[in-house]
Amino acid sequence: MIYLRLFWEYFKVGLFSVGGGMATIPFLYELADKTGWYTHAQLADMLAVSESTPGAIGVNMATYVGFTTAGLWGGLIATAGLVAPSIIVILLIARVLQQFRHNRRVEAAFYGLRPASTGLIAAAGVTVFTIALMNRDLYAKTKALSDLFNWKACVLAVFVLVFSNWVKPTKNWHPIAFIGISAVVGAVFRFAGA
Amino acid sequence: MNGYWELFWVFAKIGVMTFGGGAAMLPMLQRELLDKRNWTTEEELMDYYAIGQCTPGVIAVNTATFIGRKRKGDLGGVVATAGIVFPSLVIILILAKIITNISDLAWVQNAFAGIRACVCVQIFNAVIKLAKKSIVDKRTAVIFTAVLLGSVFTDLSPVWFVLTSAVLGILLKQLEVRRA
Repeated sequence: MIYLRLFWEYFKVGLFSVGGGMATIPFLYELADKTGWYTHAQLADMLAVSESTPGAIGVNMATYVGFTTAGLWGGLIATAGLVAPSIIVILLIARVLQQFRHNRRVEAAFYGLRPASTGLIAAAGVTVFTIALMNRDLYAKTKALSDLFNWKACVLAVFVLVFSNWVKPTKNWHPIAFIGISAVVGAVFRFAGA
Repeated sequence: MNGYWELFWVFAKIGVMTFGGGAAMLPMLQRELLDKRNWTTEEELMDYYAIGQCTPGVIAVNTATFIGRKRKGDLGGVVATAGIVFPSLVIILILAKIITNISDLAWVQNAFAGIRACVCVQIFNAVIKLAKKSIVDKRTAVIFTAVLLGSVFTDLSPVWFVLTSAVLGILLKQLEVRRA
């Protein structure tokens, strides 16, 4: 019964990957070796598509891999399997948290947790920065400082920074508006050089 | 019933507008849940993110479950989660059927290079907002800097940073009480 197996395998991926969507990837490679449902090359393609479509990468990957393995229902069932442990664990934690929210210890723990949480998100931002605005592969080859940054992307980033923070009507725009404009600018000015 | 639909659609909207996963979702969450609806607070959002980092699963899903439950109980948690995965399901299932590899197309690659530059700034803006609420004194500034550097320069799992800083929070507060 492929559907049951899919659900169970994805349930395990969801249960053991701690730290977000990218954390599921090593488990997906292992799953490929174990089951032969898809190849490593296929997985790399699926990852590229999952990154370039809306939504959480982990969920996109589960849907895609499930579909590749067992069609439409495979996609739905793999996703259900992936999110099931999250739902169970979070609903349990939320219940406990509600009871202990105003406990002094819990508040003290969150006093330390909040800057850490901000630090982790900032670190994710640094990774995005190096991918989005820098050209490390090219720099490694040419060693020319002018190749270290993707200058077109840097100029766009400065514009987005200014217009989303300080310019009057645009700073209240929805973030998706900036994403849409940036996509068009990127395509028109060939940001990836492709 | 109404409340559930709204929950579903708000999270479906957040799901469809997010490119690039976890951190990229934060600006959308801030906009849709805080600025527009007052469904949560900046502090709660950080707590959910921190817990999401050290519990199993995708962070976006964990955050959706948390906020959904807060609004409408356990079923609300399930509905919000269904909402956030719904666009992924539809989009990927359609794409998987018609194209095997959109990411090979030149214009898609260029457009995404543009989107990444934009998302980079949006994450920066989101971090600034969070930092104003979470970095409240010198000690929290030290924790922030240590976690940022540790996370960028080592391969340690986020779980360790989250657990250590929680323990540190308790210890620091206890010292404070003892000194007073």
